[in-house]
Amino acid sequence: MRAEPLARRGEVLLRVEGLVKYFPVRRALGLWTTETVKAVDGLSFELRRGETLGLVGESGCGKSTLARVLMLLEPPTSGRAMFDGRDIFALNRRERFDLRRRIQVVFQDPYDSLHPRMTAEQLISEPWEIHSDVVPRRERPTRVRDLMERVGLNPSRARDYPHQFSGGQRQRIGIARALALEPDLIICDEPVSALDVSIRAQVLNLFRTIQADLGLTYIFIAHDLSIVRQVSDRVAVMYLGGIVESGEQAAVYDHASHPYTQALLSAVPVSDPRQRGRRTRILLAGDPPSPTNPPSGCRFRTRCWKATQLCADEVPALVDRGQGHPAACHYASELPSVASAPNVEPGAPPGPSAAAGRQASRPT
Amino acid sequence: MPVPDVTIPHPATAAGPTTDTAAERERILEVADLHVDFATAAGLVRAVDGISYSLGTGEALAILGESGSGKSVGVRALMGILRDPNSRVRGSVRFHGEELVGAGDGLLRRTRGERIAMVFQDALSALNPVMSVGDQIAEMFRTHRGMAWGDGRRRAIELMERVAIPDARRRVDAYPHQFSGGMRQRVMIAMAIALDPEVLIADEPTTALDVTVQAQIMELIMELRQERRMSLILITHDVGVVAEVAERLIVMYAGRIVEHGATLDVYDAPGHPYTRGLLASIPQLDQRTDRLDAIQGTPPDPLAMPPGCAFHPRCPFVEAVCRVDVPPLRAVQPDRDSACHFAEAVIDAG
Repeated sequence: MRAEPLARRGEVLLRVEGLVKYFPVRRALGLWTTETVKAVDGLSFELRRGETLGLVGESGCGKSTLARVLMLLEPPTSGRAMFDGRDIFALNRRERFDLRRRIQVVFQDPYDSLHPRMTAEQLISEPWEIHSDVVPRRERPTRVRDLMERVGLNPSRARDYPHQFSGGQRQRIGIARALALEPDLIICDEPVSALDVSIRAQVLNLFRTIQADLGLTYIFIAHDLSIVRQVSDRVAVMYLGGIVESGEQAAVYDHASHPYTQALLSAVPVSDPRQRGRRTRILLAGDPPSPTNPPSGCRFRTRCWKATQLCADEVPALVDRGQGHPAACHYASELPSVASAPNVEPGAPPGPSAAAGRQASRPT
Repeated sequence: MPVPDVTIPHPATAAGPTTDTAAERERILEVADLHVDFATAAGLVRAVDGISYSLGTGEALAILGESGSGKSVGVRALMGILRDPNSRVRGSVRFHGEELVGAGDGLLRRTRGERIAMVFQDALSALNPVMSVGDQIAEMFRTHRGMAWGDGRRRAIELMERVAIPDARRRVDAYPHQFSGGMRQRVMIAMAIALDPEVLIADEPTTALDVTVQAQIMELIMELRQERRMSLILITHDVGVVAEVAERLIVMYAGRIVEHGATLDVYDAPGHPYTRGLLASIPQLDQRTDRLDAIQGTPPDPLAMPPGCAFHPRCPFVEAVCRVDVPPLRAVQPDRDSACHFAEAVIDAG
């Protein structure tokens, strides 16, 4: 494998600026009206070589749309994404072809994403049919074996078909396939959610080992906050097409300063029965609003227990208001962080803001 | 409510503390040596291979396991809703002493929905897509209670309000596809509690939902359980959900119960290597660890079960005996069973 990515670790690999992706929807209700789903609405972030950016958010927050746009599967509505210094949306055919090699993806479902009539060997070497210059033809069988070993599969099973592998092993084939083209960036879209609990840890460990060995950069998309924490260097929390909070994983998790992040963290069940009843849980009422018609100002304000008139009038910028990392909340610096779960001392009274949140946001 | 007023006090409790521990409650549901086999083209699959457990009044019992462990098939068998013609159910399921396995339609109909109700993971496929949610809830009252159309509708609205569906009066006429995943799950819960069942079986009720919605739904289920003094069987793969709601816990692996005990005790010191591995492998929210303690290997192929203990190929405690003898589920501590030859050593290892 190439050593180049390792040497350039820490450089900015991807800079996304004001990325917007709208989908038109037509509805035939009396009149033909056109609505727009604002799936991604003004995203900006930076990704450095060799690091993992975790993207968390609930369904409909736009995290998968973002992935599709970055893979050039959907054209953006507006915005730029500078990959290694070049805007990926302004490339010619030849450059796009090269870029598609450098950005690979690992999908959620290892059952649907592998062709059932191809052997493991065929699946892993298939990308070289398109990008034939990556590995010379005569070296391919050896390279397949190397890749299988790297992802923890026994090379003796190269001739087996997907149905002969377990879910975790199939996901390993998917990872080997992504590695085949020696990419710089791998977008992992919910890569372990479809796997059994006892298998997830193995695959997460594999992702980390490969990254350390090859200097890969990951965008790791998941809805499971605990998993994202285990693999990410930095985390961006998304809500309704925008980033509401971002920063180093420890900063976001231990000092969450956006109310949505706080609610999200407090909703995660904690696997310690002794914590039962001792945690402050912020229960959000209802579901996120529709992305076709997001609220004015702050998009979270309709479910936020801290919302004021200011939140309806002004969109809060994603900036550091003194809390140490960026959050898109007008009151980010004033919100005492709700301890992310088990940090609450046994018997300690819940913080005043948390208690208020609970009352205000609990469904009646 | 059809909650039995006759509680038989255990002799030991009369003088002892009034704590309502598992052992002292009346056992309303008793499952004994339940087997579910599926005849497949490739051979016989023993999806559930002889499980026994019981459920007390008002108790919250979790059945924890991964896909293929038999946790879901087991409760479907006891509800009599396994429709697969290639399945065979053996063993005994007694509800208030009445045998449900092989029972006639009459008894099943009086029990199912009426006294034991179930909430499924996938509300979209469990609900009828061409019937308004109000009609589906009201149907419970119309068929089981012979209630008039208008009364059924009124009760449906009340229930929708109880499960916190906003704007129930208007949405009673809406169809399942017009609801979000969380709201559909609330509709299913409303149907389940409609006839005041004694037992609620929730099969992965929050798995398909977003994190914040999961928390809402679990909170609702626990509230209703308390309010209506229902017993709960929660089937899940989520170690965190079990920790938050269950008093007692059954861990299933490859069709068998490998461990059973009070949730606190099991989490403090698991008595089976599988439970131990599962608890250790769960990523934590409060800190980042360098390496997760993964369980090695994969669950066994149901058509090619390993000899001896089904977990032995993945087990760090494995000895020669494990490859030969199937460890029976045995009491290893008061109120704790484990199906491991070395359960005591595993518990001591903490």
